[in-house]
Amino acid sequence: MGQTVSQKIIARAGGREEVVPDEVLWVDVDLAMIHDSGGPRRIWPMLTELGVGVFAPDRLVLVADHYVPAQNVGAAQILETTRAFAVEFGIERFHEAQGIAHTLMVEKAYLRPGMLYVGGDSHTCTGGVLGCLALGMGSTDLFGVVATGRTWLRVPHTIRVEIDGEVPAGVTAKDLILTIIGDRGMAGGLYRVLEFGGSAIAAMSVEERSVLTNMCVEIGAKTGIVPSDAVTVAYLEERGVEAEIGPASDADCDYLATWRYDASELEPVVARPHRHDDVVPAGEVDARVTRAYIGACTGAKYTDLAMAAEVLRGRSVAPGVLLQVAPASRAALAEALADGTVATLVEAGAHILSTGCGACPGIGSGVLGPGEVCISTTSRNARGRMGSLDSEVYLASAYSVAAAAITGKITDPRELIGVTA
Amino acid sequence: MTPIEGRVWKFGDDIDTDAIVPGKYLIYEASEIAGHIMEGIRPEFAGLVEPGDIIVGGENFGTGSSRDPAVKALQAAGIQAIVAKSFARIFFRNCINAGLAPIECAEAGKIEEGQQVRVDLAGGEVTVIDTGAVLEAVPLPDEIAGILEAGGLVEYLGREQR
Repeated sequence: MGQTVSQKIIARAGGREEVVPDEVLWVDVDLAMIHDSGGPRRIWPMLTELGVGVFAPDRLVLVADHYVPAQNVGAAQILETTRAFAVEFGIERFHEAQGIAHTLMVEKAYLRPGMLYVGGDSHTCTGGVLGCLALGMGSTDLFGVVATGRTWLRVPHTIRVEIDGEVPAGVTAKDLILTIIGDRGMAGGLYRVLEFGGSAIAAMSVEERSVLTNMCVEIGAKTGIVPSDAVTVAYLEERGVEAEIGPASDADCDYLATWRYDASELEPVVARPHRHDDVVPAGEVDARVTRAYIGACTGAKYTDLAMAAEVLRGRSVAPGVLLQVAPASRAALAEALADGTVATLVEAGAHILSTGCGACPGIGSGVLGPGEVCISTTSRNARGRMGSLDSEVYLASAYSVAAAAITGKITDPRELIGVTA
Repeated sequence: MTPIEGRVWKFGDDIDTDAIVPGKYLIYEASEIAGHIMEGIRPEFAGLVEPGDIIVGGENFGTGSSRDPAVKALQAAGIQAIVAKSFARIFFRNCINAGLAPIECAEAGKIEEGQQVRVDLAGGEVTVIDTGAVLEAVPLPDEIAGILEAGGLVEYLGREQR
């Protein structure tokens, strides 16, 4: 029996020829990421209790993204602890206010095909876009990895997600992953790895692919992975990294299931409050919005800002709606500044926020008040996620968020960019 | 491992960590958050829960954010075990690492709020003391049970070190 790409990565990290689903084993971690919220302030006391330091500072990336900019003294203290940790343990790859961790790990090409990567955040799965096994965990797990370089894993079963056909204009990877989650339910991939392939994936940019892997946690999956290909290698080489195509699943590997989708049948969709698996076509929703939010590792890369600009060019945000944009990284902001995308957003009436996790986890700038209805490019809409328990969040693509900002209600964005539905 | 006995608080499917500990409280430590647990779904809960109580959930318990305080604040409030039809995987790991027993029990739906249950991790069963019903649970693999038995990952690694 052949092995899936995920089995191969785990076997290699565990010093084994092969592994079988459901077995538990200890593995060596190639790279780890911790951030300001779950990182130093929680891990440092545990290291002290154990009387150890950081096992391999060169295999650790530290990012301050949740509490930047500090909104209060408590947040400022968390950031100070984060900086002090970087100094104390000599963490060279420390990035404060430069972007959201998951965006940076990809953008800076820290992740490579075949790596076993763990991060102290549930959206760590985003990194699977570069063909590595990217596993999200909590602070205590990351303490173990930081202290010893090792962790335990249960070998997952793999579901192959085969997407063929051409993605229509005005439709995005966000619409695709929301459609899949809507079909399968928020526990539809529990404990599984979703492995993406097919002609639609082959034709998709790394940025768009990363929306698929980002939201794999929203279907309960252990992670998502796009086995590396020419697109992956070109992306890494553009960033000055010598790369080659990494491990892939064997032709005779044992997938638990295969989910097939025809991309040409996709349409813009939204997930309704308060479940991200309550997914319906955007054109079928009749709801006014007070807030339009473009942010998070899911939906504020340069490509997302460009999509929003395509809708907003020459138009103005509707009265009674506040459009806020929190770019996912400094690089995304720089690129959007250089080609006039930011100017387009601002001229349309957008309020540009700081780079960071922002309102998505209900921590940073732009949280929602009681009664507010938000359409957002983020990944979760559980009750109270972005602020008040009495607010509502619809999840959608950057096209759809920008369209709603213009019309003041949930709208099929194709109406505004000259695409016939 | 010694069986655990306690009174049941029952929750449904897909209980997410944003409901267990809303993001605005993450700035605080687990002991400070304990007074706000489950605020996103059952605001009165923190005032009613008592040390030794057990939570019973449905499918995908603890879905969402990886926040450790979701487990540690429940623990700080006195919860000593969580029985659920299934767990979100990060939450499951967080429980093991904190030394809070997570028990996968497909028949958890048969347990009612307020009942007393006995959880036998080693034997892989949950007994409803009120009715005598014995429900099958998934025993923990040895590699993982060792961490739970030590009281969590910090204690486990400390023991290994000695």
